[in-house]
Amino acid sequence: MSFSEAVRQSYQTDIEGIKSTGLFKEERYIHSPQSSDIEVEFPVGCAIRKCINICSNNYLGLSSHPEVIAAAHAGLDARGYGMSSVRFICGTQDIHRELEKRLSEFLGTEDTLLFPSCMDANAGFFEACLNERDVLIADRLVHASIVDGMRLSKAVQDTYKHSDLGHLEEKLAEHQDKRFRMVITDGVFSMDGDTAKLGEIVALAEKYNAMVFVDDSHATGFIGKTGRGTHEHCGVFGKIDVITTTLGKALGGASGGCVSGRRELVEMCRQRARPYLFSNSVPPVIVAGALKVLELISSTTERRDKLEWNARYWRGLLKGAGFDLKDGDSPIVPVMLYDAKLAQDFARDLFDEGVYAVGFFFPVVPKGQARIRTQLSAAHEKHHLDEAIEAFKQVGQKHGILGLGKKELVAKFAA
Amino acid sequence: MDEISKVVRDYVIREYVQEGDDREITETTPLISSGLVDSFSMVSLLRFLEKKYAIHIPDAAATPEAFDTVERIVALVRRFRTVEAGKV
Repeated sequence: MSFSEAVRQSYQTDIEGIKSTGLFKEERYIHSPQSSDIEVEFPVGCAIRKCINICSNNYLGLSSHPEVIAAAHAGLDARGYGMSSVRFICGTQDIHRELEKRLSEFLGTEDTLLFPSCMDANAGFFEACLNERDVLIADRLVHASIVDGMRLSKAVQDTYKHSDLGHLEEKLAEHQDKRFRMVITDGVFSMDGDTAKLGEIVALAEKYNAMVFVDDSHATGFIGKTGRGTHEHCGVFGKIDVITTTLGKALGGASGGCVSGRRELVEMCRQRARPYLFSNSVPPVIVAGALKVLELISSTTERRDKLEWNARYWRGLLKGAGFDLKDGDSPIVPVMLYDAKLAQDFARDLFDEGVYAVGFFFPVVPKGQARIRTQLSAAHEKHHLDEAIEAFKQVGQKHGILGLGKKELVAKFAA
Repeated sequence: MDEISKVVRDYVIREYVQEGDDREITETTPLISSGLVDSFSMVSLLRFLEKKYAIHIPDAAATPEAFDTVERIVALVRRFRTVEAGKV
């Protein structure tokens, strides 16, 4: 069938539907390297303006770090631009394996396998390693890529209420008839910024003979005293069976992800995980940059310490100004607005004040839980946060929400 | 509210409503289309119904639409209880 006028019309109706429900996403063009100060063209065609970026995953400020850029240049010169192959045909260089070894050392695991992204790692893992005799028991707020990966697996799928260990225990007891049980959680939850209770989860997993899977994409490099991740923070380093994580956030922010954990599970992914088998290798230039990132963050905790300070300082500024925040101590600080339209208007007004932040609402977060998600970076200096809070206060005043709690906010915007 | 409606509603509240979530669940509250119950979580509800009422609900009947309200779930249970009774 050709792309007839009727087909076009049908898609146009769908797109209009997305627009009319306020869910239409528009890209903003950035004309500078990723950092805390960026130059943005938005809406498209408008003059470029400078703003403070408070919504990137550039947690350690390494996305445009000179040493990482230099290492990437050297990698490009030494190993070329692309591999033109998947890993198992002719796409594995020595540096791919070196990066996998370095990641295993950093994460405290037995082995690691690189994927084109953590989305791919999560999409490929479950189908490769578990079958219909097994059960996957996931926290209800895990990342969408885990949900997709679980759907591709033949294992029985169940969920437990977010961070509710009593509910998890009920589920583990209920599924004792399965061959293998796997508890699945994010380390730091991307929308709420709270941290999984990994210590208690590991204890329950031991009691009920289950494996533990953690997506630590929003933690690797900066959560825990030396930045190893949520397992270090919770005192269970070396006890997590599978960690998936990304090179696309704190670790330089380019792209790439991995499955890291028990040797046999990693090997099963190498043999069977479809995104690994049927996607090109991570480009050498990214591998070279990531090796430098690991070298930088293994030699000092300076950057994660600065990020921790920034997150605490920013949280204090927002609280002091009278915003309603989600509890937590990660660099993800959600400013709760509850109303979807308010979240959109608030983000637009912040941009007018020179602060780039994004509003999130259903279906990305549950209905009635709309928010502005702010994310801190080690690239932020104190003056960035002092300037950004002034913009937040101004916009907060404009909408009359400073000092209001959940009930008042919901009531105010219910009409 | 009859006995089955009460059992289903109680289960939905216990299993799906997060602590601190003060929304009211009635027989016609949308469960799946509102995002309260996702398609994974539906599995536990299906298992509960099959065990509690000694019925088998085939995959083809266990659609998100059929599970979207307490009222519809109760209708589904009644339908398959009749099917099971017919087998005796």
